[in-house]
Amino acid sequence: MSAVATYVRLAWAWTRALAQYPASLAMLTAAQAVATVGELAALVFLFGHAGRLGGFGLHEALLVYGLAGLAFTLADLLMGSVERLGEHIRTGAFDVMLVRPVPALLQVAVEEFSPRRLGKVVPCAAALGWALAALPAEWTPLRAAAVPVLVASGTVICCSVWVIGACLQFVALDAREAANAVTYGGQAMAQYPLAVYGRDVARAATYVVPLAFVSWQPALYLLERPDPLGMPEWLRFAPPAVAALLALVAAAVWRAGLRRYRSTGS
Amino acid sequence: MRVYLSVFGCALRRYSGYRAATAAGLFTNSVFGVINALVLLAVFAARPQINGYTAIDAVTQVYVAQALLGPVDVIGRPLALAERIRSGDVAVDLLRPAHPMAWFLAQDLGRAAFAVVFRSVPTFCVGLALFRLALPQEPARWAAAGLALLLAVLVSFTLRYLYALAGFWIGDARGVTALAGTVGPLCSGLVLPLVLFPDAVAGVLRALPWSAMVQVPAEIVLGKATLPGGTVLGGLAFQAAWAAALLALGALLTARAARRVAVQGG
Repeated sequence: MSAVATYVRLAWAWTRALAQYPASLAMLTAAQAVATVGELAALVFLFGHAGRLGGFGLHEALLVYGLAGLAFTLADLLMGSVERLGEHIRTGAFDVMLVRPVPALLQVAVEEFSPRRLGKVVPCAAALGWALAALPAEWTPLRAAAVPVLVASGTVICCSVWVIGACLQFVALDAREAANAVTYGGQAMAQYPLAVYGRDVARAATYVVPLAFVSWQPALYLLERPDPLGMPEWLRFAPPAVAALLALVAAAVWRAGLRRYRSTGS
Repeated sequence: MRVYLSVFGCALRRYSGYRAATAAGLFTNSVFGVINALVLLAVFAARPQINGYTAIDAVTQVYVAQALLGPVDVIGRPLALAERIRSGDVAVDLLRPAHPMAWFLAQDLGRAAFAVVFRSVPTFCVGLALFRLALPQEPARWAAAGLALLLAVLVSFTLRYLYALAGFWIGDARGVTALAGTVGPLCSGLVLPLVLFPDAVAGVLRALPWSAMVQVPAEIVLGKATLPGGTVLGGLAFQAAWAAALLALGALLTARAARRVAVQGG
């Protein structure tokens, strides 16, 4: 059985398990939607006060929010569970995963797969749709085709960051929250135009933790705007390449972590 | 009383064991603080005064909020009680010659006491190092801020206690916890200071208990006239009233719930 088929099968099993508590599942999904709508409301309120932030208007900011939100949510749905690696190591559950004939990373990623995370997809997609409809730039077939490619690249980048963050737990068992600063903190940052944070933060988000390629550079491409921070123009065409490269790095880090792993011995 | 003191002491010792997690939490709070502060600074650069807040006030509230996040669980992470109700272990808690609410309160105060010293103080210092913050000038306001912190911890505990008690009636409190987890940050002023909400929305949110966890303590530090009653004392009275009302409700529901419990032997 291919890895994808295994993932889908395990994900479906977890979904059915969670559906045993329908009221809880409905509330969990609603909670995710409410949280996203709340964040969107905050963004709308802020633009209501300021008009423009970092040279970006409300619709342009919604584009950034939608791209970032969609990529992070899809990554969270597919790979979010990897952040619980430390817990699996501590309880010994990870040792059991290693002897099963399915890749360990896949098992960690699909563990407690939860369709409730889809609750975030709807408001994020709505924000993106709204922003795209209000886009001043002219639609060409290339630009239209670019939207799904950019979302997919963003999702791969987020998944990779998540895996690399989780691998920290091979070294320090309770480092989960430190990785959160990069994963959830990165999400919070990528939801606003990077120009808001100034040049230094934008540089770090481009060259250190490349979250600029999740929402900022794609938005510049879709809006046909020059980079207000003066970074190279060609960066906006890089998201797919960055995604591929980062996925390779994440795979290498995971392998290195696995080689280093010596079980907890208890 | 001695029982509760020793429960308090045990919790204090227990949480002091998670050193790496404390450092990681501190790092996460600081990163989120920087992101929120930079967004708000951009907003206030466009409009220097919004509803009586200046840029310095807003950034101060950001760091007060991040500093509070350690002891005051705004996100509403479930108390151990929630899982004990689901598993049936709560029967043991009800058998003890101590009130369950006081027992869990003593535990939570122990956790909070540790967090004040090792999460709140360092987080606020990071804010002081990075940004210009407005600090109270009179010693009396520092004392009021300390009292506001204690009352915020009480309100946060009673809310989480009530979320957990819901499990007695619906079997699984995870859905309630998740919904509460999105309501808390939004309604407390953590995601966005309540002064930046539209007036009508802010008016409602200011009357609800969640605002006692972030918005009211932040305004006590800032000495704002937007506090309930327009004074620091009014703010403290508002927090105390909610804490007392919620504690009374908690005690009432605990008594009701205790009559419902049926533990299956086996």
